[in-house]
Amino acid sequence: MADAFTLTRRAALVAGFGAAGYLVANANSITQNPTVARVFGGVEDWTRIVQRALQSSNGLAPEYRLSDISPVFKANGTLNPNTDAYNAHVASNFQNWRLTIKGMVQTPMSLSIADIHRLPAKSQITKHDCVEGWTAIGMWTGVPLGLLLTAAGVSPKARYVVFRCADNLTGEPSKGGEQSPGQYYESIAIDDAFHPQTLIAYALNGHSLDVPHGAPLRLRVERQLGYKQAKYIESIELTDSFSRIAGGMGGYWEDRGYEWYAGI
Amino acid sequence: MSSIDAESFGPSQKQPSAETPGEEIIYRHSGTVRWTHWINVLCILFLLGSGLNIFNAHPRLYWGLAGADSDRAILSIGAVDRPDGTHGVTQVGLWQFNTTGVLGWSKINGEYQARGWPSWLTIPSFQDLADARHWHFLFAWILLFNGLLYLVHGLYTRHLRRDIWPTVADLKAIPSSIVDHIKLKHPVGEEAKRYNVLQRFAYISVIILIALMVITGLTMSPGFNAIFPYTLDLLGGRQSARTIHFLSATLIVLFVFVHVAEVFLAGPYNEIRSMLTGYYRIPGGGHGPDLDYAEDNNG
Repeated sequence: MADAFTLTRRAALVAGFGAAGYLVANANSITQNPTVARVFGGVEDWTRIVQRALQSSNGLAPEYRLSDISPVFKANGTLNPNTDAYNAHVASNFQNWRLTIKGMVQTPMSLSIADIHRLPAKSQITKHDCVEGWTAIGMWTGVPLGLLLTAAGVSPKARYVVFRCADNLTGEPSKGGEQSPGQYYESIAIDDAFHPQTLIAYALNGHSLDVPHGAPLRLRVERQLGYKQAKYIESIELTDSFSRIAGGMGGYWEDRGYEWYAGI
Repeated sequence: MSSIDAESFGPSQKQPSAETPGEEIIYRHSGTVRWTHWINVLCILFLLGSGLNIFNAHPRLYWGLAGADSDRAILSIGAVDRPDGTHGVTQVGLWQFNTTGVLGWSKINGEYQARGWPSWLTIPSFQDLADARHWHFLFAWILLFNGLLYLVHGLYTRHLRRDIWPTVADLKAIPSSIVDHIKLKHPVGEEAKRYNVLQRFAYISVIILIALMVITGLTMSPGFNAIFPYTLDLLGGRQSARTIHFLSATLIVLFVFVHVAEVFLAGPYNEIRSMLTGYYRIPGGGHGPDLDYAEDNNG
């Protein structure tokens, strides 16, 4: 019995170290394995569930002082959509830009920048945490998204808010090779949309948004990473699923392997 | 040495396999300690590799609340074009080093590429922030649960109090322990039944460093900041947290090097076996560590 026991333990030991060695040696190829991808998906769900459970729904992202504002707020991703249509908007100072609110709402809307400026504004000094690791602090001014959504009347069946943007991004080497080009879009959960710090922002540090930072409108969803902060927003759509939009993962970077829940 | 706690690591027991008569075998490492040890090894391997890949997405470190390309970096790794070609340049504070081939400008699949840490150190070896983050968070969660299991077990069984926390006698023995370590003299007999004071400090340090990795890692998370913003204030901001994350990872690597070197100096067969089976042969006065190699065949 002792021998059998010893053998079993030894076999288990060899198997254990063999599996660990295999994992280390083949981390490259199994990164894209569908089963492993499901494990990673499970980890993302777990992180989201734990963070959501610990965050009170209106738990605020830290806010900073005027003196903390970064001297230069790094612009990343698309620095200029540079399409004929967008350039025409820049030339006319976005006078004809429309923000549409559509999908699962009672009252679809189409708002001009002037309309949005007439709505109650909120300013907040927050940090922008890029997935790459850098941080910039800036003061954002805009209209709380919850205000717009309340005015539009969100259907109780809606679960996500999808933002469609004017920029076609071709990827960034620093985020892992040259990604395939694609129209930028993002999506957030309804809870985040109604969070008091979630803004459709039109100004950074007291000035109208410039082109590199997302003129004329960008999203601020302060409890998540930078790639969720969609720029050049043209439309806001309420939906119960984003699986049929573009790559089906809920955003430009999500379609390229990044987490939909970008809380970490 | 009257201060020696005879109960350290539990009473002597007979070990299944035959040993030289008169040699003492003790049951040194409990199953929980052994399992958590090896799971920890796997976690740290993956966390370091994927962490360096993540670092490469922005190979610069700052101090303070914020920091990006236009801010002063306390450490940066980059590629610089010069008339005689591209060079890897690593800047630490005011110093600059040419690190071509390793840091900043190194080969992947035979071709030079601008990347912070070289491909042979990163997981995955190719530059991909999304994949690296997946590995990082998978093993971060395993590390957390594994570490909590170790701590709860260590507190409940008093393993931490008894075997890791130094006694007053240990503290008094610091100078002699330092001398022993410099002479590469390893304890024998009764003294080998317990951890010496430098070992205790090393193990306490690595426990603290791993806890610090978790705390600084979470401090970089905007979702966590909305749950518990105090670590941001405590550590001096997200960029300070990122820098401390990197520094404590470096110290963990240093620990691993010393730890593995000590295992080999003290007798790798006996040491590694004890972390696999739990049983540890107490080295006698006349035995040198080289005897361990000879035993390799009948083990």
